[in-house]
Amino acid sequence: MNNINPFSDEKMTQPNFIKTKLSEYKHIAENGLWTNNQALVALLGLCPLLAVTNNTVNGIGLGLATMAVLLISNVLVSLIRDHVSDEIRIPVFIAIIASAVTIIDLLMNAYLHTLHGILGIFIPLIVTNCAILGRAEAFASKQPVDKAIVDALFMGAGFAIILILLGAFREIIGNGTLFDQMDLMFGESAKSLTITFSENYQPVLLAILPPGAFIALGLFIAVKNYIEIRRSDKKQNNLGIQVDVQSAQTIK
Amino acid sequence: MFKSAFSLSLFTFIGISLLLGVMQLTKDDIAKAERKALLSAFNQVLPAHYYNNDPLQDTKTVISEQHLGTPEPVTIYRARLDGKPVGIILETIAPDGYTGNIHILIGVFKDGRISGVRVLKHRETPGLGDKIEIRRSNWITGFDAQYLSEDNSAEWRVKKDGGKFDQFTGATITPRAVVTAVRNTLKFINKKGEVLYE
Repeated sequence: MNNINPFSDEKMTQPNFIKTKLSEYKHIAENGLWTNNQALVALLGLCPLLAVTNNTVNGIGLGLATMAVLLISNVLVSLIRDHVSDEIRIPVFIAIIASAVTIIDLLMNAYLHTLHGILGIFIPLIVTNCAILGRAEAFASKQPVDKAIVDALFMGAGFAIILILLGAFREIIGNGTLFDQMDLMFGESAKSLTITFSENYQPVLLAILPPGAFIALGLFIAVKNYIEIRRSDKKQNNLGIQVDVQSAQTIK
Repeated sequence: MFKSAFSLSLFTFIGISLLLGVMQLTKDDIAKAERKALLSAFNQVLPAHYYNNDPLQDTKTVISEQHLGTPEPVTIYRARLDGKPVGIILETIAPDGYTGNIHILIGVFKDGRISGVRVLKHRETPGLGDKIEIRRSNWITGFDAQYLSEDNSAEWRVKKDGGKFDQFTGATITPRAVVTAVRNTLKFINKKGEVLYE
């Protein structure tokens, strides 16, 4: 991951301070949603990402659960960052993440029982989502709480959006529906949300099966890179200077 | 050294206490949710208006790998109306699905007729084998009111094997596994008879 810290804690005057804060938040948000998107650029947490996204509601469920865990873990890690010595840092982070995941798991089991049954093992597996430990180690352990929260929200949102888009994409192609089974998450009234495109749609198996997940994610990454390249081309034309393309190629 | 050990223990302790707390808080709700899920599944194979006891409290455990597809003990839930036996509900496993076990919930009336069958869990191929799910097709309702006797046991096969149950285009293994599992379960129930209600 490219984690050069772009922020510095210099003393500032009041109006400047607010302005700087906002631009810092904006930078963090851009990082999470686009530049360093955990699913498309960092390619972290692929196991749950590819496994559960055969429909939209699974994507929403796992996306929100991951976001909640990331938020809890980032806040706690940031709060204790000055009180943990370096040698026990990682075990403590893992203990925090594991506790957060188990709490979410219990809550989902109690209040979203059916969805919990469907997502099954992938909720406990959030513990092993490297994106979460990655953010704890690379960001939250070095930043104040407010920034850690913003980071968790946008990194989580960036991950969740890709989960949901992948789920929707695979559901449309593989099943001919959109928002099927939404009642698992939002109650009986959400049953009417289901959009069926064609009654006798012949499902494209490939999209639902695991290889379809890889192909779909590959397409998503390609689209993102295409947009990046188009953008930097435009900048070049306008300014006449060379701009680095930040694409998936820059990851190790 | 000791300071690190101490603070690591402290964090672990806090984590564990937090988990215990949340577990206590959610315990009842989880039990309630599980109960509700089970009862709503029951309602699909044996409609609730047939009985007025609590089948979750009226259970018996049996073991029969040959008939029920698992070496584990299987819980039989018994439904009664005013104390008189109405039927039983049990989960059986078809061990020979296309991709692993198919978990099936079966309701059977006292006289041996099937009140309903539903597939609880499976990993059959989407679009082909998953027609055993009620939300994909009503194939599974073909078992309703069927019974197994000495004379008709040859009919308890898919049509391709000379029986009376439809197979799916492109998927014979899945329905064959389900039909066989249901037949074996009925055989078991017929053999045991009254004993299951005691």
